[in-house]
Amino acid sequence: MHAAAETEDLIEFVYREARLIDEKRFDEWYDLFADDGRYWMPLMRGQPDDAGHTSLFDEDKLLLKIRIERLRNPKSYSQAHPSWCQHILQAPRIEQRDAQLGTGVLRTPFMYLEYQDDRQDIYAGVAWHHLKRGEKGIVIALKKIELLNCEAALPSLQLFL
Amino acid sequence: MPEFRHDAAAIRALVRDDAVHRDVYTNPQLFELEMERLWQSAWTYVGHDSQVPNAGDFYAVTIARQPLLMLRGPDGAVRVLLNRCAHKGAKVLGAREGNCGKVLRCSYHGWTYALDGTLRTVPVKSGYAGTRFQESEAARGLASVAEVAIHRGFVFVRLSRTGMTFEEYFGEALSSIDNLADRSPVGRLEVAGAPLRYMHNSNWKMFVENLNDTMHPMVAHESSAGTARDLWRDQPPEAPKPMVIEQFLPFVSNYDFFDKMGVKIYDHGHSYTGVHFSIHSRYSAIPEYAALMEQAYGAERAQAILAESRHNTVYYPSLTVKGAIQTIRVVRPIAVDRTLIESFTLRLVGAPPALLERSATYNRVINAPTSVVGHDDLYCYRAIQEGLASNGNEWVNLQRNHSDRESEHGLPATHNGTSEAAMRGQFHAWVTAMAADGTPA
Repeated sequence: MHAAAETEDLIEFVYREARLIDEKRFDEWYDLFADDGRYWMPLMRGQPDDAGHTSLFDEDKLLLKIRIERLRNPKSYSQAHPSWCQHILQAPRIEQRDAQLGTGVLRTPFMYLEYQDDRQDIYAGVAWHHLKRGEKGIVIALKKIELLNCEAALPSLQLFL
Repeated sequence: MPEFRHDAAAIRALVRDDAVHRDVYTNPQLFELEMERLWQSAWTYVGHDSQVPNAGDFYAVTIARQPLLMLRGPDGAVRVLLNRCAHKGAKVLGAREGNCGKVLRCSYHGWTYALDGTLRTVPVKSGYAGTRFQESEAARGLASVAEVAIHRGFVFVRLSRTGMTFEEYFGEALSSIDNLADRSPVGRLEVAGAPLRYMHNSNWKMFVENLNDTMHPMVAHESSAGTARDLWRDQPPEAPKPMVIEQFLPFVSNYDFFDKMGVKIYDHGHSYTGVHFSIHSRYSAIPEYAALMEQAYGAERAQAILAESRHNTVYYPSLTVKGAIQTIRVVRPIAVDRTLIESFTLRLVGAPPALLERSATYNRVINAPTSVVGHDDLYCYRAIQEGLASNGNEWVNLQRNHSDRESEHGLPATHNGTSEAAMRGQFHAWVTAMAADGTPA
């Protein structure tokens, strides 16, 4: 019974996380990350997790904070027309689980649409949520986004996948 | 609208000493002429030889509309060939990079070529018996580009048969590439992984001009670098700065800082900002690296290499280099309002991993399509692209610190850092190539 409830919690967490981005509730979204949490979108398929390669995103909480505060800054000229985004998630699957530690790794294929002015860009990929139990509940240790077209020439991608 | 192709005077009329006509950024006909004239007569950047370390390794690019292959042969030499089958014209290699083995084989009729482009085999060659095949263009195999030069691993081509030599074209401007390579204790660089590829919906010259535009960072990047500054403001001065804070903060330095930085102008459109210091000057020291450099070069020379802290060097028109942070940005124009910018991270061979980490971080934070710095730059380029459609003022002003006697001073010349002299120099090179009499070579 306990295990079932927890499975549901982890999956609900992933849905809620995407919803907070889409609704631009960025402060609440920021709080979902552990203090040492990380938001990472590699540039290459199968890119090793080391500092020897650049990425599309590799944000600690400081960088996330800079992005969030900037989006609110009236001098963010690239947001003269505000961007909006929509996540469409396939059902998250738990790939790894440690009930004792309260950790889990979830895999969630997704589509992501980013819209600005008269333009809408469509992305797809797989999100990996490495979740753990913090003092205030479930938090993100790592959100890794494997973008389908990570090697492609991309336009400005301004919000969060 | 004038027919620019056959009217050198009309092209010359687009460029004044201190202003340019909007057509240079918006006219599709001029874009095609740029590809034919400027980009073919210039020495343009193909790639770095570390991208093709082994025989059969290739790297494919498009320059001035033409598909090219940088290819390493069995003799170790790096060549640049036209990626065009001698038979019916198909691109012989379709991938962006890879290894083609011992021969290049066309996917359509299976003609094969040696790695130097020589035609090796044609299926059922008896079909050509009795023809003048040996006299045909096809028999010559894959064509090489007119001229190739490799400087410290940087591979450049000149596509026209005639024009300046590599040394004439770049001259002393090559010192920025030298300084970048010298920053490796063994004097060698390697491209570290894939480039960031950022599609700009704006003319290529806006990007190139921006690299030596020091009057924009404190305005355009106030929201990103300024936010980083504000979030860091409450920290005690002795608190160690995270790498990203160290990299963001100098972008919102004041006008005086950027002015005193200085800009150096070379002939043929090349220039660099950061003659005296730059936004990269005050990164924290990496003692282990400094020791390796001293070991390799001696204290005095090592210090001289590391004291150079150039901001952006423009190798007009195709390459921009940031030696002090080991990133390069490559300009690939696609249409009059479409430009691909590819940003590569370079590894200083023999240097500690901390250097590569710093470069990879900078490249991501500043140059990626996800960069909050890049977003505002591109927003401004696009705003120009759209704003220039306005009638009533057809001129783009480049007058900052212009003097009527500017052309009397010889080159290279050093100006105050906020001068628009670099852009004036670029357009001097532009009009020289574009309004050359007669047809392009």
